[in-house]
This record gives sequence, C-alpha cells and structure tokens, in this order.
Amino acid sequence: MNWLETLRTAADAVRSHRLRSLLTMLGIVIGISSVVLTVGLGLGAQDKVRSQIDALGSNLLIVSPGSSTGSSGVRGGFGSASSLTLADADAIADSTVAPDVAQVAPTTSASSALAAGTTNWTSRIVGTTTTWPQVRARTLTSGRFFTAAELASGANVVVLGPDTANELFSRGNPVGQTITADGTTLTVIGVLAESGATSTTSSEDDLAVVPITTAQRLSGATSTALASLYVEARSAGSLSAAYQEVNAALLTSHDSTSSSPDFSIATQDALLSTANSTNKTMTILLAGIAAISLLVGGIGVMNIMLVSVTERVREIGLRKALGATPSAIRRQFLIEASLLGVSGGVIGAVIGVVGAVILPSVINQPVSISAPAILAALGVALGLGVGFGVYPASRAARLTPIDALRSE
Amino acid sequence: MSTVLSATTVRTIIDLTAVRKTYATGAIAVEALRGIDVRIAEGEYVAIIGPSGSGKSTLMHILGCLDVPTEGRYELAGRDVSDLAEAELAHIRNREIGFVFQQFNLLPDLTALRNVALPLVYAGVGAAEREQRALRALDRVGLSDRAQHRPGELSGGQQQRVAVARALVTEPSMILADEPTGNLDSVASADVLALFRELHDAGRTIVLITHENDIAAQADRVITILDGEIKSGTSRSGEVT
Repeated sequence: MNWLETLRTAADAVRSHRLRSLLTMLGIVIGISSVVLTVGLGLGAQDKVRSQIDALGSNLLIVSPGSSTGSSGVRGGFGSASSLTLADADAIADSTVAPDVAQVAPTTSASSALAAGTTNWTSRIVGTTTTWPQVRARTLTSGRFFTAAELASGANVVVLGPDTANELFSRGNPVGQTITADGTTLTVIGVLAESGATSTTSSEDDLAVVPITTAQRLSGATSTALASLYVEARSAGSLSAAYQEVNAALLTSHDSTSSSPDFSIATQDALLSTANSTNKTMTILLAGIAAISLLVGGIGVMNIMLVSVTERVREIGLRKALGATPSAIRRQFLIEASLLGVSGGVIGAVIGVVGAVILPSVINQPVSISAPAILAALGVALGLGVGFGVYPASRAARLTPIDALRSE
Repeated sequence: MSTVLSATTVRTIIDLTAVRKTYATGAIAVEALRGIDVRIAEGEYVAIIGPSGSGKSTLMHILGCLDVPTEGRYELAGRDVSDLAEAELAHIRNREIGFVFQQFNLLPDLTALRNVALPLVYAGVGAAEREQRALRALDRVGLSDRAQHRPGELSGGQQQRVAVARALVTEPSMILADEPTGNLDSVASADVLALFRELHDAGRTIVLITHENDIAAQADRVITILDGEIKSGTSRSGEVT
C-alpha cells in the first residue's frame, strides 16, 4: 500500500467523522493560533519599543543624575540628586575633553500648567539649549526653534510639542500666539513635528520646550540641576569611545570614583534591552501557556485516536484479513493522526494571522506576523500528530485479525 | 462431479497434518483442535460443518491464515504456512484467500467498487488496474450497476455479493466463506449459494463453514467437526477420507 493510498484512506476517515475530527483538532487550533498571536504580540512590542527608542535620536547617550547600582536600584532619587549641572554639559561639549562627542543637549524637566486664553493644559516644560532639536532628531512643522541669543537672554519664548499645540490651540496656527506658564507669558515661536515613536500618546509629543535659562526662572530654581544630558556621539562607531570620555569627564568633575558614580549613562541599546527584557518575559510566559495548550491538544489527538482504534476494531480486522500488514495499519492511523495535527495547525495558523491583522485595531498593540513562527507552529502541529499518533497506531497494528473480526 | 482425483493430476490447495490448537485462558488450557488432518484439492467445494464450540471457527481461522496452529503442519497452495510471522501471513491472506464473512464486513464509507478493490490496494496494484479488476469482479456477481453505491444502499443479499466480488478480485487459491448466509433471508441465501455453485462450476475452490446441514448439503463434500476432531469427511460419491 503506497503513501498516497494511505493518505487517501486517512483523509476519508477524517472526512467521514467531520464533527469528531473538528473537535479533535480544536486543541491544536487553539494552541497554534495562540502561539502565532503571542509571538506576534511579543515581536510587535519589541518593534514598538525599538522605534520609540530610535525616535530619541541617533548615536545617543543619556546621562541621568543618581546612579543605578544594579541590584539595589537607583541610589539617590531621580530628581532628588542634583548631580548634573550646566557646567557638566559644557565640560562634555569641550572637544578636547571628549573628542568623540558631537553635541550635548542638557535638559531640565518640570510639570506645569499651561494656559492659552481660557484653555488649560498640564504639560511638561523642558528647558534646554539650541542643540536639542539636532541631538533629539526633532524637526519643526512650523515656526522656528529658539536662538542662541534667546537662550542667553532667557527670552520668554516656547516651542510646543504637536500634542500640546493641539490641546491649547485647537484651531489656527499657534505660532505668534501666547501662552502663560506659572504666571509668565511665553510667545509660541514654533511647533515640533511628531516624534518617530509609533505610540500615538508618547510624552515626546506633549511638551513645551523653552530656553534652559527661561526654565530656571520659571521654576524659581536657584541651582542648575539638570534632569538629563543628551549626548550625541559623532558616529555609531564612536559611541563607546564617547561613553568612556563622558564617563571619565564626569567622574573627574564630580570627584567621584567609578565604583560609586553619582550619575548614570545609558545608551539606546541598553534602554532597548531593558525594555525588551520585560517584553521577553511576557512573551515567554504567554508562549509557555500556548505550548501547554498545544500539549493538551496533542493529548486530545491521542485520546480520539485511541477511541477511533477501539471503535474501528472491525475495520482493522477486516483490513488485516484482506491482507493489510501490521505496518500498513500503523501507517494508516499514523497518517490519520498527522493529518488531524496538520489540519489543526493550518486552521490555527490562519486564525492566528487573521487575529494578528484584527487585534491591533482592538487593543492598540502592534502584532507582527512572523513567518518562522508560523512554520515552526505547523512543524509542531505535525510533530504532535505523529508523536501522539504513534501509540494509538501501534495499538491498532497489534490487534489480531481474529479478535478484531470477532468483536460485534 | 469428479472431485476424487489423484494428487498427481490435481493440485492440493489445503493440506493440514495433525493440526492442534490450544488456547491458554488463564490456568486452563483449552484444546480447540485435537489433531486435524484435512486435504482439499483445487476446484473442490467443501463444507465444514459442526455445532458451536466444535472447533469449527478455530479451524476456519487456521485455514484462513488468521491464526497459526500450536502443533502440526499446514500447507496452503504448496507453501508451509504453519509458522509464519504476521506480516507474511497478511501477504498469504491477500494472495491466496478470499474471505466471505457472515457480517459482510464491507466498509460503510466506501462505494461497492472501492470495497471490492480494497484487497488490491494491499496487493500494491495501481489505481487504474484496481478499478478495472474490481468492476470485472462486480460484473461477475451481477452487480456492476451498483458499483457506486455504498453498502447502506444495498440489500443484504447484494452486500454479500459485493463481499463475494471482493473475495474474487485477487484471484485467490480458495474462497473461505464463514457462515455466508447467516445474516440473510432464505431468498438471498439461495441467491448467494447459487453464486457459489456457479463459481465452483467455473473451477473455484470453495470452503464453506456452517452449522446448518441444508447449507452444507450444497457442497460436494462435507467435513463434520466435533469436539476438535473430524468425525466424518465425505464426498458426494460417498467416499470417506
């Protein structure tokens, strides 16, 4: 009996018990579709994080006050430590101290209530220098960024993020209009373009950028404590050199040791891997659940195949009487089980792909369709069918034709 | 009928010598066959008759290569089959024996044609030739117009005739019919028995197993089995073997 004939026999058997075959496949369908979806969700989340972090700028180092000390968390509160100053920014920007640093953008950050006429909106006021747009890879849709002169004089000008501009000025061009922040009137001179981040509600789009001198006056701060320093390296290749230079420069100026620095430097890669490690945990957890449901599905196939063998004892006996060898019978049931597995896998993969297309619009999460994951899932489905079909198949093959024919 | 012929001119299909079959059920060993000697020549129409529990079914299983004897020798169409492994027995069954069962044993999901072709599938015959031969076998039993019907759409007598066609399709050395009329009314029974007679006249070897005397009487020779032993083996000419 050749394989094609066996396949046809198996297909007949699957077809003639449609409902049962469908129920048998259900476990595998659910398992495979959830594998495709969870892997898609995990990859989608990783892509999202990557695009958000890429949107921060390129070849970027982010220096924050306080130090991360690994296991015990952050030493000194983020913001309570005031270890970064404008002097640090100037030191790093010095090309003799740090030749691999292209530009530095120091930033302060404070939450503030903004008002335009009768419209109120609470946003983040970011004080920075003229290098900010370039370091952070931001462009403007209208107006201009503030100038060095405005920075030096602490002019009352503001560049709004696109979301902030929308909230405060629902219609009309905000450029040239005024807003008030903490009692000070600021003139809007420009509006930022949306950041490249895929998320529609990124805080990178809801902010008001002012000269750092103006920000200090607004907050009434006497010190020049910075929220962070954005450092752009000259190229991707000089990123690690820039990291070393910034680290050395800050250690020297802060008079601290490398074992207990009062600042921390993060690269985009470091941010990415931190963010992805949580995603990965979730993905592994979900994939684990999906794998368990696949296992249960496989056991379901075995269960039904065993029932099927018991139910078809007469058929097996007859086939044997007519000349089917034990291996022909084994093959028939094995192929039947594989067929159930593969059919379940294909249906599951289709549902998974359809889900991956529909889901993003429902839960506002990107879902990637991963071809390797789908192929692997189909392979697993086939493997499940074969694996869990072996025992029922060999039970069928072992039946003696007499016992099989005798049962009535 | 010239059924008694010397072995030199007619081939012996079945040659059982001192065949014993013992079943071990728990601690008790049941002797189902206690030394059976049977010789059946090519072209014979033999009935094996015996009440239930006589060992008739066991004998049928051994004759049909569905089981092997515990002791003794069985030669089928010149080949010793008393000690073969299951896969080899399957090949022997496929080539040498055409089974007809009391329950018809047709697969309900297959058409009559595909049911008849089933033994050819296991013989490794290609699809086109299978169909041709199955059609011919169906034609032989007068059911070529029912080729595409499923067993459920056929009467009992028609189903049994499909089963006979299936037994014929591989051109086996013998047809082994186990209570072939047990599930049929008298009209269908007569129909099937007439078919056997026809096949016998065309030169087929037929072994009919039954517990009814009037069915056995259709054969040329009746072998009576009782308590695992042969009580009488007569031919129509009256000779006792």
